[in-house]
Amino acid sequence: MSRIGVFICYCGSNIAGTVDVEKVAEVARTLPNVVHAETNKYTCSDPGQAGVKAAIEKYNIDRVVMGTCSPRMHELTWRKLLADTPVNPYMLEVANLREQCSWVHKDKEVGTAKAIDLIKMAVAKVDKLSPLKSTQIPVTKRALVVGGGIAGMQAALDIADAGYQVTVVERETSLGGKMVMLDKTFPTMDCSACICTPKMSEVGSHPNITVKSYAEVESVEGYVGNFDVTIREKAKYIDYNLCTGCGACTTKCPTKVINNFEQGMSARPAIYKMFAQAVPAKPVIDAEHCRKIQENKCGACAKICPTGAIHYDDEDKVTTERYGAIVLTTGYQLIDWKPLYPEYGGGKYPDVITGLQFERLVNASGPTEGHILRPSDGKEPKNVVIIKCVGSRDPHKGVAYCSRACCMYGAKHAHQFLDKVPDGRCFVFYMDVRTPGKGYDEFYMNTLQDGAQYLRGRVSKIYKEGDRLVCLGEDTLTSAQIRIEADMVVLETAMVPAEGVDKLGSMLGVTRDKDLWLTEAHAKLRPVETNTAGVFLAGVAQGPKDIPDTVCQAGAAASKVIGLLNHDHLESNPQISRVNEALCQGDGACVNICPYHAITLVQKQFRENSQKITRTVASVNPGLCQGCGACTVTCRAGAMDLLGYTNESLMREVDALCQW
Amino acid sequence: MTTYSYFPGCSANSTGISYTKSADFVCKKIGIELEEIPEWCCCGTSAAKLTSYDLGYALPSRSLALAEKLDASRPIVAPCAGCYAALKDALVYAQASKENLEHVRDMINMPYEASVQVMNLLEVFSTQEAKDALQQQITKPLSAFKVACYYGCALVRPVEVCKFDDPEDPQSMDTIMRLAGAEPIDWSFKTECCGAAQQMAVPKPSRVLIERIFQNAEANGANAIVTACPLCWMNLDMRVKAINKERAEAGKPAFDLPVFFFTELLGVALGGDAKTLGIDVHFQPGAPAFIDQKVKESAQIEEERKLAAAEEARKLEERAAKLAAKKQAKAEDVHSPQGGEQ
Repeated sequence: MSRIGVFICYCGSNIAGTVDVEKVAEVARTLPNVVHAETNKYTCSDPGQAGVKAAIEKYNIDRVVMGTCSPRMHELTWRKLLADTPVNPYMLEVANLREQCSWVHKDKEVGTAKAIDLIKMAVAKVDKLSPLKSTQIPVTKRALVVGGGIAGMQAALDIADAGYQVTVVERETSLGGKMVMLDKTFPTMDCSACICTPKMSEVGSHPNITVKSYAEVESVEGYVGNFDVTIREKAKYIDYNLCTGCGACTTKCPTKVINNFEQGMSARPAIYKMFAQAVPAKPVIDAEHCRKIQENKCGACAKICPTGAIHYDDEDKVTTERYGAIVLTTGYQLIDWKPLYPEYGGGKYPDVITGLQFERLVNASGPTEGHILRPSDGKEPKNVVIIKCVGSRDPHKGVAYCSRACCMYGAKHAHQFLDKVPDGRCFVFYMDVRTPGKGYDEFYMNTLQDGAQYLRGRVSKIYKEGDRLVCLGEDTLTSAQIRIEADMVVLETAMVPAEGVDKLGSMLGVTRDKDLWLTEAHAKLRPVETNTAGVFLAGVAQGPKDIPDTVCQAGAAASKVIGLLNHDHLESNPQISRVNEALCQGDGACVNICPYHAITLVQKQFRENSQKITRTVASVNPGLCQGCGACTVTCRAGAMDLLGYTNESLMREVDALCQW
Repeated sequence: MTTYSYFPGCSANSTGISYTKSADFVCKKIGIELEEIPEWCCCGTSAAKLTSYDLGYALPSRSLALAEKLDASRPIVAPCAGCYAALKDALVYAQASKENLEHVRDMINMPYEASVQVMNLLEVFSTQEAKDALQQQITKPLSAFKVACYYGCALVRPVEVCKFDDPEDPQSMDTIMRLAGAEPIDWSFKTECCGAAQQMAVPKPSRVLIERIFQNAEANGANAIVTACPLCWMNLDMRVKAINKERAEAGKPAFDLPVFFFTELLGVALGGDAKTLGIDVHFQPGAPAFIDQKVKESAQIEEERKLAAAEEARKLEERAAKLAAKKQAKAEDVHSPQGGEQ
């Protein structure tokens, strides 16, 4: 006979507001095998937990039903509580009386009736549970960081400084991400390169960090503590052991390719370093545009290279290594505004530029050496219009969310323009000005004092007349139609997730939200964890944010990784699938559906009717199984059972709801 | 010969007479027959819908039902952009649901299936058949015409109803003009509002709308504006005089841009004269003279192009002949080295 204890929580008025908690406890006392039921104001508090422990001891309880909030919130709390008692931590069932009951009902009678049903079901289920024991899995004490922007670099440095080996995988040919493209950072106006490039070189030379640039994650297998990650390093055609980074080769290349680092506003050779301070500080050959590789002509770079480092027959390098934890810092790209805004010219006017193009224009190492000049004719613009929320906060055109940093860098662009062109005029069209952050509103106020004219409204059309861009818009504060003849227009466009993040997310089982940002495990309480154990995230990959927030999050993710790698072993989750070999037909349906590749078919010997026979049966790898339960519903023979959620216990739950 | 059911609209024999005349001329030339829908009535324009939505749907639906009766297999052509918008809107409304169709039937008290396609004249001339016929018939290419194709609002908006051309940068008229030898300029006011009926209600403030259309066409190098809407044409051609007067007072130069229907220019390219095409009744008196002048210039340009092409061909031939001679000489050299010495 089992001895069930039922503990019902008021959760202040969260549950008690729409559920008659005392009545639920009263009904619980009448249920079979329930030896004790009690209520508590806040069961999760210290005195609440002490009460549960005392009751377990007093009534010799061997399994527990907690009528509280969602198991997502406190199941672990209850498990830890039970670990201190003679009750096995898995002899527990949480009835969700808050998120799925009191919060969604208004009528107390309805809420109470549903709460009673939920408790009945939980009691029926817990009656059929059996004790489970977790095993130990070893931890590989190395971390992988995907993305070498400021978030990735910060996370890598923090983990490496704690003494663990880190590999940084960067898709581009250099570390730095978007931050190194920026000119200055708000609100302090630090030179972005001056604070970013030292980090890059620190990452590049740190004894615990390996940088794999021009590389992408190809596949991931395994689980927390033991991820087997396959990384493809694209052919660079240059032997980095021989290359001294002298740069002679880049001066001789005859090919001109659009320079993406300069946002398409200048050209680079086919053998190139992304920018002067790139890390690694060595060039690569862009095979698609190299005349030697494509047409077997030229070869100028190999002739001039003093160390013979250039190999045109270089190939991609694919390696597989094991890591204990992974941090995703894949960042963002700017939305492609051109097809969305034909009324802004859809890209046919070269002087309608994005914020990132402005950053390069105003940067001393940019294509104009820091002079603000129009891309079309190289003249200095005198009238500049800045349009915020291009693609942001507009579900009809772009995305519904606010990109968060644009109000501030919009103000920064206005300030920088007025600083460099003192006789210029700057007009900023805005929907709202959002400046929550230390020193942010002060910065915006300074920009207003610089003379930037803020107009609340949208620009409806941009067209060319002569060599000027006419912007038609509305000032909604005065209801005036506005017509501004501008020399240059800067669009502060929306941030969207970096290309390919969807594939990476699928590989790791990390969910994406409707906008494809990577989703954290809990918006408030687990902001840098993902739903996959051992995978963490930081920076804009999780959602738009500015540099200070990104660095904070990177540090937080690093501390989580360090905490994980500090363990020699991890407790495994014992709630995994088990095969009933007597029932298993060996048809492999479970093998096909398992998203974690945890099930294989094996030949096994059995003794049936006093004869030895060999049959094919499924076998579950307890290290890989995540307990999702997909196999249990797929198995036609009913041979798969999820421990903690056995078929029998679930049927009892259904019976409890339907028959009583 | 393709036959369309024809919805002339109220402007066809009044303000838009030039449109009607020129369209008739061009259609006849390229084998398009327009059969007028018997007893068609007012399309309702924007005024009916302002009174009541039911009236706004019932009026055009009545004409659509009559067109079905005439021949349900033929599309309706409405040259006026306003008529086109009203007819198409009523059609899309009736096609949206059975209830809507039933509602329309009740209102007009006629058999009606909402099955006839509604087209504007640009759409008709954008069919491959019409384009091929045009290409064959063009005798006077419009080489000296730099035209700003002005579509107005009703042909392309609302997008969900019209589904005809790009609402920001439509191309159908540009393509047709290019076919006739003219050079359509790239400009930014293709679908901006001409002020429509506001030009009657509040003429002074609405004039700005017209002024900026002329302004942008001129700034982008046009020497004429081309439209496909009688109301746009009238607003532009009639009001530019007042605008020019105001500009003179403000010390600004006057606009010198005649405004044509695209069918008028097609008519010119097909050999029509100003009177047949209705160009002689424009508000801007200079239109026929402009046409004469530009036709002459066009002929000159064509002549020069022909000469240049002939010259180019001659040069090519010469070069080819030289090359052939060289080859021949080389070949002879190889075959008879002794002969070379003699």
